[in-house]
Amino acid sequence: MFDPINAIAQWLAKLLAGWGLSSGLVNLILTLLGVVVVASFVLIVDIFLVWVERKVVARFQDRLGPNRLGPFGLIQPLADIIKLLIKEDITPVGADKVVYNLAPILALATVLMLWAVIPFAPTMLGADLNVGVLYIVAVGAVGTLGIIMAGWASNNKYALLGAMRTVALTIAYEVPMVISLLVPVILARSMSIHQIVNMQTIWYIVAAPLAAAIFLISAIAELGRAPFDLAEAESEIVAGFHIEYTGMKFGLFYAGELLHALTMGALFASLFMGGWRGPFVEQAPILGVLYLFLKAMFIYWVIMWVKYSLPRVRIDHMLNFNWKFLTPLALAVVMLTALADKALVEFGVSAGSLSYSLSMLAVNLLIGWITLSLLRSYARIERRRVAAPRPAASPEYSGVAKS
Amino acid sequence: MLFDYLPIIVLIIISTGLAGIAVLLGHLLGPRRPTLRKSVPYESGMRPIGPGARRMPVRFYLIAVLFILFDIEIIFFLPWAVVFKKLGLFGLVEMFIFIAILLVGYVYAWKKGALEWE
Repeated sequence: MFDPINAIAQWLAKLLAGWGLSSGLVNLILTLLGVVVVASFVLIVDIFLVWVERKVVARFQDRLGPNRLGPFGLIQPLADIIKLLIKEDITPVGADKVVYNLAPILALATVLMLWAVIPFAPTMLGADLNVGVLYIVAVGAVGTLGIIMAGWASNNKYALLGAMRTVALTIAYEVPMVISLLVPVILARSMSIHQIVNMQTIWYIVAAPLAAAIFLISAIAELGRAPFDLAEAESEIVAGFHIEYTGMKFGLFYAGELLHALTMGALFASLFMGGWRGPFVEQAPILGVLYLFLKAMFIYWVIMWVKYSLPRVRIDHMLNFNWKFLTPLALAVVMLTALADKALVEFGVSAGSLSYSLSMLAVNLLIGWITLSLLRSYARIERRRVAAPRPAASPEYSGVAKS
Repeated sequence: MLFDYLPIIVLIIISTGLAGIAVLLGHLLGPRRPTLRKSVPYESGMRPIGPGARRMPVRFYLIAVLFILFDIEIIFFLPWAVVFKKLGLFGLVEMFIFIAILLVGYVYAWKKGALEWE
């Protein structure tokens, strides 16, 4: 078994114990080191996400993207950071200084905190909380607080309006997101993300494709990315909540947004796509990190694909979609998953087996088909309503229309 | 048990620390040449009219109330989903009744027009 990270940790533990430190202190030091490694690794990935994002959007728009600094423009994000650091730091008149400076810190820190519960490999995980899913929901909500702080403290109308829109959107889409998170919890019978990944001998995206789709849609809304990017609707409110921020503070919002997208990808990968699972991961646990990041990058790419392909949706359509479609659908999926699970276990199909997953898939397809036929009949009614002759405003007007 | 939370506490300190250092560095390295024009809040190049923090439409708060309504009920789901298997049929029926009660509130909110963006 090839497992360099744990080998190093054990070697360090032995070394520190040899210096005469107590086991509690050794554990504390190892935890500190591990967390520093995770945080710096994620931040370095975050820096290169700027490059990834710019390259991918360039390809979607038939351009080349950054290609001057270093091979394939890889050093571009470092140059960007230096430029952001030496920009003037402007605080607008009438801004609430403490809240104004605290908001960007919160925006990045909360996203980084989400990585505490994501298992990187079978033997590498930050905190194996038995309430991992709850932790994700809670910390995700603190990120919303950073946005409203930024909008409120900027003393700017556009910023306040953007913050209000973001918060309305985020909290509205949090409802279907949390409900769809229940499905993996029911399937794995645990809220610990480590346990959820352990149970996925067959990826949950097979057993729960609808929950995965609902989670992805509400994650995109949570991120405030197109088609849900009303918070930064350039044609209406310029830049939204971070309009007054300059230099590194703006950079923190930007880095936080990109990292949030990757974090959502990693969460999706852990909950529905087997996390670190992949070939040979039992022999060499370090491969798990690679698999997790490959899956996370794939989801990140899907999120970018959606972002650069779809136009912005109007706010009332967006909230209607959430309250009147996504939330009831998510509730129905959870209840029918619970019912099907109970029935399958009653009939002696063991949870997690292939026949179990396929039966769950059949249940999901049935729900999807019913939903689609409901939507189709609704669309038919709507079409009939629109096509019906409308009452003319006045005789002159109808005369004009005829000629 | 509480020891499980140690990495999270450490990560909270480190992440806020790193972000704080980034803000501080930007503060220290950047030039500071404030002028009156520069520090006025941006409003499409005009002088801003009225205060920045103004009254917002009430529908934003309506969404917040709806969120609280749903989210608290969903928090009850999470522990149920974990012990779902142990509770047996009783737990399932119980949760269906709970969802029926939730749906009554949902239908009421819909009919009352709370879900519309008007």
